[in-house]
Amino acid sequence: MTLTAKPPAAPPAGGDDVPPAASAPPRRRRGIRTWVRGGGLSTLAFLAPMLIVFTVFSWSPIVQSMVMSLQETNLLDPPTWVGLDNFAHVLNDPLLGTAVVNTLYFALLALLFGFPLPILVAVLMSEVRRAKGFYSALAYLPVVVPPVVAVLLWKVFYDASPTGLFNTILSWVGIPPQPWLQSSATAMPSLVLEATWAAAGGAIIIYLAALLSVPPELYDAAEVDGATIWQKVWNVTLPQLRGILFIMLILQVIATAQVFLEPYLFTGGGPNNATVTILLLIYRYAFQNSLGGDYGEATALSVMLAIVLALLSWLYFKLTERWSTS
Amino acid sequence: MTTTPPPVFEEVDAPHAATGLRGVIGRRRADRRSDDRGDRGIVSGFDRKKGGVRLGMGGVHLFLFVGLVVAGLGPLLWLAKSAVTPTQDTLRQPLALWPNGIDWANIPQAWNDVHIDQYFWNTIVIAGGSWFFQLLIATTAGYALSVLRPKYGPILNGAILATMFIPAVVLLVPLYLTIVNPPLLGDVSLLNNYLAVWLPAAANAFNILLVKRFFDALPREVFEAAKTDGAGPFRLFWSVVLPMSKPILGVVSVFAIIAAWKDFLWPMLVLPDPAVQPLSVRLPAVQQSIELDVFLAALAISTLIPVVMFLLFQGVFLRSAGLGGAVKG
Repeated sequence: MTLTAKPPAAPPAGGDDVPPAASAPPRRRRGIRTWVRGGGLSTLAFLAPMLIVFTVFSWSPIVQSMVMSLQETNLLDPPTWVGLDNFAHVLNDPLLGTAVVNTLYFALLALLFGFPLPILVAVLMSEVRRAKGFYSALAYLPVVVPPVVAVLLWKVFYDASPTGLFNTILSWVGIPPQPWLQSSATAMPSLVLEATWAAAGGAIIIYLAALLSVPPELYDAAEVDGATIWQKVWNVTLPQLRGILFIMLILQVIATAQVFLEPYLFTGGGPNNATVTILLLIYRYAFQNSLGGDYGEATALSVMLAIVLALLSWLYFKLTERWSTS
Repeated sequence: MTTTPPPVFEEVDAPHAATGLRGVIGRRRADRRSDDRGDRGIVSGFDRKKGGVRLGMGGVHLFLFVGLVVAGLGPLLWLAKSAVTPTQDTLRQPLALWPNGIDWANIPQAWNDVHIDQYFWNTIVIAGGSWFFQLLIATTAGYALSVLRPKYGPILNGAILATMFIPAVVLLVPLYLTIVNPPLLGDVSLLNNYLAVWLPAAANAFNILLVKRFFDALPREVFEAAKTDGAGPFRLFWSVVLPMSKPILGVVSVFAIIAAWKDFLWPMLVLPDPAVQPLSVRLPAVQQSIELDVFLAALAISTLIPVVMFLLFQGVFLRSAGLGGAVKG
């Protein structure tokens, strides 16, 4: 996905017409400045906002989450060490299995719905000569809609009565009304359908950029060998996109493993826990507990999820590094 | 607290970002260039002359046009229509065009009675503050690490980079407890304080990386020239580096504002008082207590600003999206 490269234009710095010698400062001031530069006081001043914010809101919470997963914490009493109790509690929670299966199911459906379609649309869009900008804008429009609005709007679309919007459309082609969010069989696919709609535009734009970086000579060469259009797609385009396809796959898995908004707003985890995801479970442990927040269990589950996701991120990092240097 | 995926490194090189993200003005030039090379796609010029292929391309146009209009524009048009349609019509004939007339009163009702005006303002304040702090941290840290280059720079760089491997979910509970009971402030809680949203959003490694990479690619000679002219590090930052970095500042701004506008879980946790909550948190909460038509009007109002911003700055948005899908979070 190399955009057309061109170094940033460098506007001339103020007053660089002046010969350096003429503006050389007196010796005393230079001494002070060398000290500041050498001592790095101003460097530290520039780093200070970042250091404060990262220490308080990023580095220390990361360390704290490790610590808290081994502690019993509530906001009133000082925390006590409980070893791996939190992990044992979480692993013994009968809902954990359900949540893991549901999250994997969501990820799988999201791959089935949401992975091939953007590739197809991007390949088609890259081939049309007119209205490309118009198509890109249309494809990206759902991404701009705030996710909460998108979910609440789709909730109206999913009205299970025969006069609901989707059921009306289905009735035109003779399909009986569907229960959508109200049955445990159709709830999860409904969630994924909305999530796919909301995210596909971003993927399409990324693939479009990637398609531009396929060297045209490869197509010329394929034609010399007598390749048809389909053979060119299959043997040139898709292999050339291999890297970005794999990157997008990992990114999508990382994102879907942390799905929260859709199950929380659409169904709240129901019906019959059919849409309880791992993140929803973490949220319930910490913030929806009638006995007060069980922060230890919530962090224990977060840490377990994070280890899996960090491995995926690491893989992703290694791959992008390799592909960007080759 | 946004889930920003780690960046695709090949795409954040500053020279690419610079041209790619030059914005609306530069767009036309970039388009022309891509058109020149677009003469050569999968389908060759020779292919295009064949009858079957021409028919196929017509079919592709039809498929894209119908598909994208229905899927991309359709839901928004329906929302716009339903915002001014009485509830019963929306429930009984969701796809009919105003069978019983238009109900314009929905919009002022949502704006005034549901207090969408106030939540709207809250959202703008949250987005504005997040934007300011993210830009402040990303530029100052990027400048220090890229241009001033202290000896301990690589360690800090590693510590910042490492946070990108930690999924946001890990931070949820400890960060929440940090907000409830911030260090060094005694008994003060940051709950219901916008700083609780702004500051964690500013701890964004992706922004710093993006800005640092851009600064890395700026020509060093200009800095040297400015230094010999007597510019100190602050003047160099403000008068030389920042003016040269408008493209990347635009990208970070788009990311920051969009992410703040979208965020739901974090503001819901740290802003429990309805009076300070943004639209994303209030909309699900008011749903139960108001009529469907007014609710849909409220949804439509909430969508308006992001959509208008997108239509105005399409180039920046689409090029930012190409930068690794970081807006998706």
